[in-house]
Amino acid sequence: MRHEVRFSGYGGQGIILSAVILGRAAALYDNKYAVQTQVYGPEARGGASMGQVVIDDAPILYPEVADPDIYVIMSQQGFEKYGVRAGEDAVMLLDADLVRSRPVSRYYEIPATTEAKGNLGREIVANIVMIGALVTATGVVSREAIERAVLDSVPKGTENLNLKALKRGFELGERACKL
Amino acid sequence: MSRTEFMQGNTACAEGALAAGCRFFGGYPITPSTEIAETMARRLPKAGGTFISMEDELASIAAVIGAAWTGVRAMTATSGPGFSLMMENIGYAAMTETPCVIVNIQRGGPSTGQPTRAAQGDMLQCRFGSHGDYSTIALTPNSVQEMFDLTVKAFDLADRFRVPTFLMSDEIVGHMRERATIPDTVEITPPRALAEGSLPYEAGEDGIPGFAPFGSGRFVHVTGLTHDERGYPDTTDPEAHDKLVRRLVTKIESARRDIADYEVTNPDAKTVFVTYGPPSRTVEQVMRDRQDDSIGHLRLRVVWPFPEFALEEFPNARVFLMPELNMGQMVREVQRHVDQPVISLPKIGGELHTPAELVRALEAYR
Amino acid sequence: MIAPDWFREDRLPHIYCTGCGNGTVINCTLAAVEEMDWKREETVFVSGIGCSSRAPGYILTDSLHTTHGRALAFATGVKMARPEFNVVVFTGDGDLAAIGGNHFIHACRRNVDMTVVCMNNHIYGMTGGQGSPTTPPGAISTTTPYGASEPAFDLAELAVAAGANYVARWTSYHVKELTKAVTTGMQTPGLAFIEVRTQCPTNYGRHNKLRTVPAMIEYIRSHAMLVEKYNRLTAEGKPIPEGTFTVGELVRRSRPAMGVRR
Repeated sequence: MRHEVRFSGYGGQGIILSAVILGRAAALYDNKYAVQTQVYGPEARGGASMGQVVIDDAPILYPEVADPDIYVIMSQQGFEKYGVRAGEDAVMLLDADLVRSRPVSRYYEIPATTEAKGNLGREIVANIVMIGALVTATGVVSREAIERAVLDSVPKGTENLNLKALKRGFELGERACKL
Repeated sequence: MSRTEFMQGNTACAEGALAAGCRFFGGYPITPSTEIAETMARRLPKAGGTFISMEDELASIAAVIGAAWTGVRAMTATSGPGFSLMMENIGYAAMTETPCVIVNIQRGGPSTGQPTRAAQGDMLQCRFGSHGDYSTIALTPNSVQEMFDLTVKAFDLADRFRVPTFLMSDEIVGHMRERATIPDTVEITPPRALAEGSLPYEAGEDGIPGFAPFGSGRFVHVTGLTHDERGYPDTTDPEAHDKLVRRLVTKIESARRDIADYEVTNPDAKTVFVTYGPPSRTVEQVMRDRQDDSIGHLRLRVVWPFPEFALEEFPNARVFLMPELNMGQMVREVQRHVDQPVISLPKIGGELHTPAELVRALEAYR
Repeated sequence: MIAPDWFREDRLPHIYCTGCGNGTVINCTLAAVEEMDWKREETVFVSGIGCSSRAPGYILTDSLHTTHGRALAFATGVKMARPEFNVVVFTGDGDLAAIGGNHFIHACRRNVDMTVVCMNNHIYGMTGGQGSPTTPPGAISTTTPYGASEPAFDLAELAVAAGANYVARWTSYHVKELTKAVTTGMQTPGLAFIEVRTQCPTNYGRHNKLRTVPAMIEYIRSHAMLVEKYNRLTAEGKPIPEGTFTVGELVRRSRPAMGVRR
């Protein structure tokens, strides 16, 4: 089944990397197909950044994202620019502390940045917390696959911190689903 | 042991160049091609090669041609504005029969246009952009894997035909990430050496002279002036010019079947899409969604020299539909080879044709 | 003086006009090459477009006669790909300083290990005598019929400012000094730039009251001043005659260089 996942936040949060990690998990470790694309702009820091991934069991022909069924939104500006049109059939994970608005779609509030700053001690891993929550809330890729993809993608020496963030994300995702 | 990675198209292009033995890259940063230069900057020094960031694209292609004459495989990568700047020296490479690879990650033009958006607007420029008559080879990948495969192929064709060869990709394929497999080694065909006793520009029956790179003791004079078989200028004799330029064109055009690379789907179809590059993926999507044998698809991986015989693979075709990311460039080439109507489905602005758009076109024209 | 085996005899006759200074410059350069004892199969001559740039076509080595202004960019590719080659570039004032000006400063900045000999005849000779960036103010050319109104470039000073490791200027009159300068340039790692003020009797002298070849050479010689003397006069606050240019070695240094033979 084809999934279209869209990530948005502000530049510097690791939005594009999140999309790459998800794509890598699907394409290399879950035996699926994935195409990752992104909007290129001057948003290296600040501004609304956006990356997306198509995941499918069959080879992906049309590579662009037309109508995402999964959103991961990590800033108010990102919501307004890339999340506000999410339809009723979609599901959205949003960083509850950074996004004020709520979509018409089903949504899960994940306190990723608070968690990263607080328990994990490093705000920079908020995106990894979100990825963890995304995996348990949607099952779009397996836990094993995302774990390996995270380890592939993060700087040497930060593996433990990122794995911790990912696992915390798994828990937050599971908990959000039960609410 | 090959390795499989989730990588960007531009990275795969650089990997293809390295696998093909490219050991010189001269370039200038330009969106959306820059990742190719960055990858080469990181990898070439460790592979015993040379990366140099030149002062502009005129210098980039010049350095590449200079390096190619020392016998190394050499490449540059750019996008529209830089491609325009390269045009004079691309003609020089054609005239001097210098094997080299030029990658164009196409973006919206004219002028600075849309630096981060995809287009296929340089398809005629890569064929006709420099002044005078000549022929070139242009390849059009539609996936990250093909960015690797066709870059390797471009180097072989450049060497084999002694001609500047273009990888005409675009921002979509250059920037997307997909799974791609990088083999440990690829087969490389070096250029045919200049035979003992042959003059430097004395061509065999295939119209291609042997190659004697600098340092081989053959003391070749290379000039962009019209030259004789010795390589010496002969700029006023009509016969000398006719002989040389006719050969530059013929050596490529007469090998069209040999160079051709295309895919045919549903040859009995009445309505046939003709594509190259990423619009082919939308067509494939439509065909998979509809499971309709009456839709045919000709997908070109080599656009120049144009394989007009490929159109004959669809004997029942009543109409050809051509989605292109431009205002209709290759559609002119297709139309001049067939009697059936050829419908241009142009799209500019940076986004790929959606499946729905092509379905509407199918319903309108079938 | 020059062993004939450096010439492509089958290219003769050459295109240069009677009295042209380019032959002198080619001779001096080849004398320097012999002095260096370079091997022909390891030596590449590169040029752009113009009278000067036809020189490699008469020399029996691998030779790359390229597009207008781009010789240094092509030569950079040759030298960076194969540092073991000896690379010599012949260029002219229009080729180097007008259309190729950007490549000139960047080649000097990179300090690529090659020898650049510029035949500065103050004119676009091949196209029939149009004003160039080195046409002296007031000089008559086909595009400056009322006298050149633009300031001229000082090519050697430009090379010094841009970073070349060796810069010298001589004239087609000073053959011994020129030969020695080219040799020293070839010996110096990094970019060596040798500007040669030379005569174009056909397209420059004829329009500027220098009708004979000797008159042109004498004009150039008499306006050349040794750089040491020039510096002394300047330091003493003494007047420098109008139209004077310096000759001699302007710089010899060892900035980091690229493409030096490993």
